[in-house]
Formats: sequence, structure tokens, C-alpha cells
Amino acid sequence: MSDAVKPAVGRDHALGWGLKSVVALVGLLLAAPTVVVVPMSFSGADTFEFPPKNWSVRWYEAFFNSERWMFSLLTSVQIAFLVALTATVLGVGVAFGLDRARFKGRNAIRSLMMAPMIMPGIVVAVAIYGVFLRWQLNGTATGFVAAHTVLALPFVVTVVSTSLAGYDRTMDVAAATLGATALTTFFRVTVPLLAPGVLSGFVFAFVTSLDEVVIALFLQTPDIQTLPVQMYNSITLEIDPTIAAASSLMVAATTIVLLVPLLVRRKRSTS
Amino acid sequence: MSPSPSDGSHGIRISRVSKVYPGTARPAVDDVSLDIAPGEFMTLLGPSGSGKTTMLSMLAGFVGVSAGSIEIDGRDVSRLKPHRRNLGVVFQQYALFPHMSVAKNVAFPLQQRRMPKADIETKVAEALKLVHLEPYADRLPTQLSGGQQQRVALARAVVYQPRALLMDEPLGALDRRLRDQLQREIARMHRELGMTFIFVTHDQHEALTLSDRIAVFNEGRIEQVGTPADLYERPETLFVAQFLGESTCFRGTVDRQAGVLRCERFSVRVPEAPETGSGVVIVRPERLELCADETEVPESHNRVAATVTDVVYVGTHHQVGLRFADGTTGMAMRLVGPPLPAAPGDDVTVAWDPAHQAVVADPAGAAVSVPEVRSATPVLP
Repeated sequence: MSDAVKPAVGRDHALGWGLKSVVALVGLLLAAPTVVVVPMSFSGADTFEFPPKNWSVRWYEAFFNSERWMFSLLTSVQIAFLVALTATVLGVGVAFGLDRARFKGRNAIRSLMMAPMIMPGIVVAVAIYGVFLRWQLNGTATGFVAAHTVLALPFVVTVVSTSLAGYDRTMDVAAATLGATALTTFFRVTVPLLAPGVLSGFVFAFVTSLDEVVIALFLQTPDIQTLPVQMYNSITLEIDPTIAAASSLMVAATTIVLLVPLLVRRKRSTS
Repeated sequence: MSPSPSDGSHGIRISRVSKVYPGTARPAVDDVSLDIAPGEFMTLLGPSGSGKTTMLSMLAGFVGVSAGSIEIDGRDVSRLKPHRRNLGVVFQQYALFPHMSVAKNVAFPLQQRRMPKADIETKVAEALKLVHLEPYADRLPTQLSGGQQQRVALARAVVYQPRALLMDEPLGALDRRLRDQLQREIARMHRELGMTFIFVTHDQHEALTLSDRIAVFNEGRIEQVGTPADLYERPETLFVAQFLGESTCFRGTVDRQAGVLRCERFSVRVPEAPETGSGVVIVRPERLELCADETEVPESHNRVAATVTDVVYVGTHHQVGLRFADGTTGMAMRLVGPPLPAAPGDDVTVAWDPAHQAVVADPAGAAVSVPEVRSATPVLP
């Protein structure tokens, strides 16, 4: 019915050449580090070389055969997983509270939740370091998870809040009229509809922790080093192209993890 | 699951129900009583804010009653939670579960009633057949048009044979053509299911064409309950007359002894004057005769001189705008075909049989709020 005349806001022909070149430039700047580091990781040379003269996977072998690299990778993944879990549980709670309850200071709390995103990382890191020294949390897994959870929480709250804002509460009312109890409604209607948002929050939290370096540098001890910290240490002490392999793996892992919610959503809309 | 009788319909009794929302002075629903017979199609009609939707919400259990009781089959349900009332509800915005297929949406209420799987399949197929959507069983709601989505919602709301089907402006989100189509579907479903239907709308067309009876709501109260013909031909209040269809309203003072309503410049005969005081005589447009020659008018008829202000052609008939001597404006309707006896600017005699007029009290004899929702075309009885 409403196939009314729409202004032609097509994608390509609506962009002028000026805008096009800006878009291209931004895209290039965003991709440039990856474009350099990934080929470099496949270099056969003993030092950093770009573009590589010959190709090999020796630095990947070095990475996977090094106890130190593998240990830091494992540490990172474990911490990131725990952070994602904690931040998701807390973040979903906060988002529900902010969406469904009406109380004084709701907006203040909402703004406060975003503070870790706005505060300079180094300030947060120094503050956490000082407090954790007293609490003896430096160099402990608990300390890492707690600190990273603070950083990851805003992402979870934002993503889940957006899902909740788009959730039509008439659905709950409709389910009730059809004979469903509040509990059934929650598990059969609310949870499936919010799952993609919650999954996105989980993934964001995971990635936030995985590539966080500033706080991790402060909290590190020789016993507990995350992958970014190990990379930083490696490059300051020696020139070892293994770091290129490690970086490329990080890029690949992060990309895959971030694509998960996207793919889930697409599958859902076409099934 | 409660056993349903074969006809799937039950009586509903609303007794002296009021609803006051916290922080408001005026009750949203004010001492309303209404009996709905089993299998009846009852429409709650009124402008927005008249309390009709609040009344439906209390029936469904979304909001509690402040006073009074609601009985279904002689059982007081006013304190029951919505999921225990066994009523079907259709919402304006469909409220389908977007992550479930059409079939799963319709199966949902049956699953809540722990029906065996094989029975669920049969019931779902029957319900989808009822709304002509069998081929769409595996689609997601987002892949359907608005009208189709509402039909799924209808199927979902009747598949478990609820005690009644409540509908809150179910056609409000649809465009005109789909609205007419779905209106016919709803009428057919009512015939086929024999279920009690309670339908909330602000649209007089929907109310007149669908209902067995209509309850007209205004400011939290019921103004009148009756069949569409009752309401159209014998409105009991000025509000009902003005909300349903077009009418010409002569205001004046009732002189009971003389049997007339005295207006400023003329009198109108009222054989059955209800009481003395200020009153309004209401005449529907198709009852007004336009006469160039006054002698043709039967002696028993009322006659008032008027000037034709405009003539509008609307396909099946002409709408003739009139201005009477006291400044009252009105409208007559003439079927297209016979030549019109008057053109704009002409003086005519307007006549009608007093049997076809209604006399109501003039609320405060002062300005009457004209309902905001009105259709562009007059309604044929």
C-alpha cells in the first residue's frame, strides 16, 4: 500500500566523490595496521620485514611451541571468559533494573555506568593499582577479572539496554492472556528475544578484556601475564617476529568472536 | 484446562464496576454495569479517554477493579490474574511472538494447557484454516502483512476455546481496505464459533456493522446500550446521537401541554414529549424531506423553513447542507437519481414524520462536547 515515492537514498550514487574519498581514507587508516602485521607474521626472515621477501609459518610454530606465549594466551582467554561471564550477569541485572524500575537517580546511575568508558585508561589503571595494592589483589586472577569487569560493564549495559528498549511489553501481557505464568513468559518469550543482545554484550566484554593492556601492565607479575602484556614485554626486550604471529592471531580471534552475534542474528531472521 | 461447553460461549456480568487510577481525580470507569449474553457480539464504543479500553483491561485482568465485580459464568473473576481467566485477547499491535513461527504462536496457549502434542497439531491446523492462513504455518510473523498478522493473533486467541474473545481496537493499525476485509472475517468467525465477542473501538462504522449490541461510553460511563438500530434510531442522549451518525439537532424548550418543542423562531411537534425543560429534537438526514411545495407535506409531519447552504455529491447520494431560521445547521440526504428539489441558496421547506425523530434532554442546555472521532460519510441505518 505504502509504496509511496521515496527519495532515492541509494547507497552508491548518493555519495559524492568527496565523501567517497573520505570514506576510503578512513577505511584505509583503520585497516592499515592489519594489512602490515598479517603479511609480516608469515615472513621467513629473522627480523621484522615488510613486505616479506619469502614466506613461512615459522613464527606461528614459534608461538605455539613457546611455553611463555601459550601460557599468556591461556591466561588471557581464561580471564576474558570470566570477565565476560561476570560482566554479563551484572550488566543484564543493571539493564533490567534501569529499564523496568522507576526510582530516583535512575539517570544518574545510567550515566555513572558509562564512566569507565570516558575515564582515561591510565587514570583508571593507576587508581586500581593503588587500591589493589592495599587489598593485595595485584597479580591475582581475581584482581584481573574485577578490573576488567569494570571496563566491560558499560558495553554490556549499553547493548542489553538497547535490546530492552526495543522489547514490546505487550508481549508479556499477551503471553499472560494465553495462559502463561510470569516464569514461563520469561523463559519462553523474554529470554529468547533478548538473547542476541545478551550474547553481543558477552562478546563485547570478552573482547574488551582480551585486548586490554594498560591495567594489565600494572597488575602483572611474572606469574600472571596476559597476552597483550606478554606482547608488550616481548617487543621492549627483544626483536622477535613471534609477536607478529601473536598479533595476527589476536586479530583473527577478535574478528571471529565479534562476528558470532551477527551470524546468529542473521540465521534467526532467515530461518 | 477447564472444560468448555460445545458452543464455547458464556455469559459475562459487570456489576457497578469503577476504576480510579492513582493520582487522578476523575474515575476512568465510573459505576458501570453491563450484562453480556453468551455468544453475543458486544461492542464498547466511545471516543478516546471514555473508559472503554480501561473496561476491557479490567475484564482481561490487566488492571484491577477499584469497586464492583466482574462475573463470568456466575463466578467472580475480579481478583483472578490474567492467565487464570481463560479469555482470548487481541491487541491493536498484534503482539505476536516474533521468534516463533505462525504455527508455534498458535500452539503456545495449547502448550500452556498441557495438551497432547497430536491434539495441538490438529487444533492449530483448524485455527489456521479458520483464518485462511494454512499455507503460512511455518512463516515468521515479520514475513506477514499487518492484516495477516492480526489474523494469526485471532487464531491464537480462539484456538483454546476461551470463555470470550476480547479485542482492543484490533483494526486500528490497518489501512482502510484491510480493515474492511478483516471486519468481515471477524463477523464470520463470530458466526462460526458462536463465542462471546467483546470489541472495543472508536469507529462507529465498525460498531454498527459488527455488533449485536453496542455500549456507548462517555467520560467513564455508559450512555446507552442497545442494538445498532436502537442507538441510531432512538438515541437516548445527545452524545449518542452525535457520536453515531449524522443528525440535525433542534434545541429548545419542551412545552409538554402543547406537545411542542419551542425553538427561537419556530416550533416542532413532539407527540411523546418526555419532560418539561430544555430539550433537543434529533432527526437523521435520510428522514428529512425537502419540499418546494408545502402542500404536499402530510398534515401530521413537522415542517421547518430552511435555506440550502451547499450540496455535496458523495456517489450514492447527495448531502444537502441546511440552515434553519434560528441558525441551526443540519443535513439532509437524498439518493442520487430523482432530481434534487433545491440548489444552494434556495429556500425550502424541510419536513419529517415525528415518528422518526428522537427527543433527548439538553445536557445543561449549554455547549455539548462534539465527539472528536467522526466519519466523513453519514451512516445508513
